[in-house]
Amino acid sequence: MPAHPRAHPFMPNSVPAIKAELMAALGIDSVDELFAQIPQDHRLDRPLELPPALTSEAALSRHMRSLLGRNRSCADNLSFLGGGCWHHYVPAVCDEIARRTEFLTPVWGTPSSDLGRNQAWFEFTSQLGELLDLELVALPVYSWGCAAGHAIRMASRLTDRRKILLPRYLDPERRAVIETYCEPAEMPSHLEIVEVNGDPETGRLSLDDLRTRLDGETAAIYFENPSYLGQIESDAAEIAALARRHGAETVVGVDPVSLGVLAPPAAYGADIVVGSIQPLGIHMYGGGGLGGFIASRDEPAYAHEYPALMVSIAETTHEEHIFSLALMHQCSYGSREAAKDWTGNSTYLYAIVAAAYMTLLGPEGFRELGSLIVQRSRYAASLLDGIDGITIRFRDGFFKEFVANFDDTGRTVAEINKTLLDRGIFGGIDLSARFPDLGQSALYCVTEVHEQQDLDRLAAALREVCTR
Amino acid sequence: MTAKLRRYHAAVWDEPIVMEMGVPGRRGFHFPEAEAAVRDAIGTASDLIPSTMQRQSRPELPEMSEPDVLRHYLHLSQETLGMMGISLFGTCTMKYNPRLTENLAMDSSIADLHPDQDPDTMQGTLEILANFERMLCELSGMDHFTFQPAGGADAAYTHACVTRAYHAARGELEQRNQIITSIQAHPCNPATATAAGFEVLTLMLEDNGYPSLDALKSAVSERTAALMINNPDDMGIYNPEIKEWVRIVHEAGGLCFYDHANFNGVMSKIRARELGFDACMFMLHKTFGVSKGGGGPAVGAYGCSDELADYLPGRRIVRQGDYYTLRDGGHLSVGRVREYLGNVQQVIKAYAWTRAMGAEGIREASDISVLVNNYMEKELLKVPGLTRSHPDIEGWRIEMTRYSLGKLYEDTGVTVVDVSNRMVDYGVDAPWLSHEPWIVPQPITPEAGEMWSKEDVDYWIAVLRQVCEEAYSDPDLVRNAPHNQAVHRQGPTSLDEPENWAMTWRAYQRKRATRRR
Repeated sequence: MPAHPRAHPFMPNSVPAIKAELMAALGIDSVDELFAQIPQDHRLDRPLELPPALTSEAALSRHMRSLLGRNRSCADNLSFLGGGCWHHYVPAVCDEIARRTEFLTPVWGTPSSDLGRNQAWFEFTSQLGELLDLELVALPVYSWGCAAGHAIRMASRLTDRRKILLPRYLDPERRAVIETYCEPAEMPSHLEIVEVNGDPETGRLSLDDLRTRLDGETAAIYFENPSYLGQIESDAAEIAALARRHGAETVVGVDPVSLGVLAPPAAYGADIVVGSIQPLGIHMYGGGGLGGFIASRDEPAYAHEYPALMVSIAETTHEEHIFSLALMHQCSYGSREAAKDWTGNSTYLYAIVAAAYMTLLGPEGFRELGSLIVQRSRYAASLLDGIDGITIRFRDGFFKEFVANFDDTGRTVAEINKTLLDRGIFGGIDLSARFPDLGQSALYCVTEVHEQQDLDRLAAALREVCTR
Repeated sequence: MTAKLRRYHAAVWDEPIVMEMGVPGRRGFHFPEAEAAVRDAIGTASDLIPSTMQRQSRPELPEMSEPDVLRHYLHLSQETLGMMGISLFGTCTMKYNPRLTENLAMDSSIADLHPDQDPDTMQGTLEILANFERMLCELSGMDHFTFQPAGGADAAYTHACVTRAYHAARGELEQRNQIITSIQAHPCNPATATAAGFEVLTLMLEDNGYPSLDALKSAVSERTAALMINNPDDMGIYNPEIKEWVRIVHEAGGLCFYDHANFNGVMSKIRARELGFDACMFMLHKTFGVSKGGGGPAVGAYGCSDELADYLPGRRIVRQGDYYTLRDGGHLSVGRVREYLGNVQQVIKAYAWTRAMGAEGIREASDISVLVNNYMEKELLKVPGLTRSHPDIEGWRIEMTRYSLGKLYEDTGVTVVDVSNRMVDYGVDAPWLSHEPWIVPQPITPEAGEMWSKEDVDYWIAVLRQVCEEAYSDPDLVRNAPHNQAVHRQGPTSLDEPENWAMTWRAYQRKRATRRR
């Protein structure tokens, strides 16, 4: 132990002489005097009991690494997990930009002192707007589920209606978030959720069922393209047309990495488009890599319903470009309980990372990425489909995810996934509890990180596991 | 105390907007072609996508090579002051973000984990989260924490949702539809309460700096669902009657939520549970050393008593000896406020920060933040044109004091926004003014915390003094600031008008073309 307490590396004023100097300036003998506002009977009368301090970075690093050593990652194993958080390759440039101190550490400056950061935000919305073919893109919200929840509430306010149609085959995580945003039945502003069935043959939305659910009370139909089960919703234009006929808004959730090869939702009639920015160069972080976007046509009626912050290009007093927040008065910072929903700290660092990702890829990169994913996922499905006991549920028209059914193996997905895990493979998401009508099915996700040899290895392992 | 002012100028790159950059055919990133066996078995992508669903035209993205992309975004980072100066941004508790944890977060053991992995493969993460939950319980006296809320506002929303579920379970939700807060509570409290379906009652401040017990008593009723309040508030004033507040709200049947946005000055001194609160919130991206990212990813760690545990959102971590597993919430759970376990990597960073500090470090950080704030106050009150909010309230403030430049404005016509624009010219980050509504004219709210040295704080004070003196001697110099940034100040055009706002490049192109016609 040192003879005197050491100054803490994070606290420059923890040097005793400096503390003494500050106290002398205030004419006090003890820091305790400064807390006179807090009544004695409010005070904690003992020191906190926390694990011992690791003020040495070397010791802390070792401690953290020993704990994290118990994790097994998708990078060191072969993972087929997706469903709303996806293992895509993160370019090194994205990690470099994500770690820039000027972007990483601050909170807020003036439009002039934040010029670069705000421009990067504008480049995020501008590039995403090109992928989406839409002119109005807000800064991101917490997640895709939160974006969908806000968009549905926007649609309800736009139409002054309270009935929301959701596809039955929707990610339970996102569905749960949307339900929270729709408020329980006791609340006067409750939104009623009505499910639309999936077509058992195609896995896509059942148009027949949709026709029976849509009516003059419907605020919005929300569906995803590709859907949770991976299907490309080829009836999307018909769905949007039906919604329009009933005066309902069409809200579409989309995977942005599909947009190099798939038509953007605006092309088939979507009014509000949401989705995840995580696949745009952001690590999964165990679910901490999520971020959601909201976009629409640039019409005042839509713009005036956004809860999220919006950054606009503008001019300085000297006709230079500058970037600043628009329509601040309608967000919760501007008008408290009168605001459109609420906003706060969100995922703005990821907006910059996603901007760099979109620039790196460019139009050809997105086309290559989408093509490669479609080919490799179809290849994987075709391999699995040839294995005794495994059936691919919806064989055609999927993007990066597909449903493999294991009913005829006589084993549960849970059992199969445990055995795969022993072989260093994370099998697809177990759908059996989420959608019992799909039997023992798993949602397999294949992206550009999976090479042919990985898919062959999966097939070999499954052949072994399923036929034992 | 005389600090020499720096000769500062922001980097000026005249960096084009990325949409104007690039050359057709340039590439920044390649993906491999599908393998021959894949192509032979499957064919091309266009065979696999229904023709009606194929993209018809290429997205108009820039085409740039990899080094140019890197340099573009590096230039933008350099055109951002971004806490390279001294940021005393009040209410946000600017902290050092240890680079150890920022680097660790990029390791595949954190970065490349999928939330649906088997718990067997996430034992490290789950152990850290479980241990950190215990640490936050010790700091607050609460029994449970969830990390699902993705920011402080999301934690406030979580409380509104827990409040709904709690009263719904007792069959009282339709009756209990009001949430009480104060005008000094963060705007997210009334906003999330409304978004969750509640009516909001906002209490105004009295001369002593907080709302009166009488005002609270007349607000509570059989309709009261919850109280959402911060303490100390952003003026550095601690409400000494807070225990009585909690008693009154509980007696009326409401829940009490402690918005611990201003925890830095009172950590290790008070605990929310012992003051009677049912729930509280810590912002890990503020008090606990996690990087802010210019506004997230963030974590609003939401803590509550045993009584509210069943209402918490998301899956709960369960410890079984040395093994950690996840259990779904029961039928009372509010479900999800966001997907999965929250911003897990940020929780891991907060755990590491707390381990680096320890109990003694946390106590010392609280002491230093209050000590430096009061030192600053003493010095700042010598600055011409500056007064303290509620000047008649005697005594020391906690970790933050709100000031007014109302006198400066009356004397010179220079606003606090002008002052802010001028301060950055001296290489300090812009200060925080105040949340809406402004209850003092021309507010400014610095918070020193424990990160900034006395020399830094002296420099910041010297800059504010210099700018205020300039306002008296040469007001146009301040009104036309900044002068040392990459660009001048934003022009007067309102961005609330549809013809003026342009949230994307394509909107800008269209509107600009219309204007020129």
